[in-house]
Amino acid sequence: MSMRTPLGKVRGLGSARDGTHHWWMQRVTAIANLPLMVFLVIFILSHLGATRAAVLASLANPFVAILLALTMISVLWHMRLGLQVVIEDYVHGHATKLGALLANTFFTAALGVAALYAILKMSFGL
Amino acid sequence: MAQSKTPERPLSPHLQIYRPMLTMMMSIIHRATGIALYLGVVLLVWWLTGAATSDQYFDMVQGFFGHWFGRLVLFGFTWALLHHALGGLRHLLWDTGRGFDLPVVELMARANLGLSVVLTIVLWIIGYGVMA
Repeated sequence: MSMRTPLGKVRGLGSARDGTHHWWMQRVTAIANLPLMVFLVIFILSHLGATRAAVLASLANPFVAILLALTMISVLWHMRLGLQVVIEDYVHGHATKLGALLANTFFTAALGVAALYAILKMSFGL
Repeated sequence: MAQSKTPERPLSPHLQIYRPMLTMMMSIIHRATGIALYLGVVLLVWWLTGAATSDQYFDMVQGFFGHWFGRLVLFGFTWALLHHALGGLRHLLWDTGRGFDLPVVELMARANLGLSVVLTIVLWIIGYGVMA
């Protein structure tokens, strides 16, 4: 005998009301990260010990700036989802868990906005 | 009313009880490298914001990554990134329902470890080549 209501079964969202969204976005960002990491590694290798002028010159190219922005968005999203699972597994108190989850979200959002601000500022030559 | 009493239930053995197995270690390393990469991305954002700030500040950031300690951190970051990326590929394969046979799982774990080390060294040889 199932305790699930027919409506709950059809929605398929489970007790967390989130369905497979978390799992799916982890996979989507993982797949996006693969080519973006190839780009990031090449970008870092070509700026080892570079002067600021050289970095600014690279970011003046819109393709470099856009790829770097996409990289930061995908990576930060992926790592937010990843650390969320770690927190849910190891932090047990309700208040501490909620606090840690919020801190993870706020911190990755702040990092993302700071990174995008820096990329755009340099790319626009401001 | 009947006294509610917590029944004596068997406990799951703790981590120290299990004999360490390759696949279990790989699972732990995948999570550990993920956490390490989280910190590595903080450094990447520091590098980016530094480049957007000023010449003097960026020279200081580049100085950190050029220092032996900064290079050690970058070396660890390189290996963690490669290990986590290759581990991610294994997970994507498993997501399709394939690759669950034990010999295949063991082989992929070994390949993941070996490739991550080899590719890290290759990237660093390229890196020193670029610097020279």
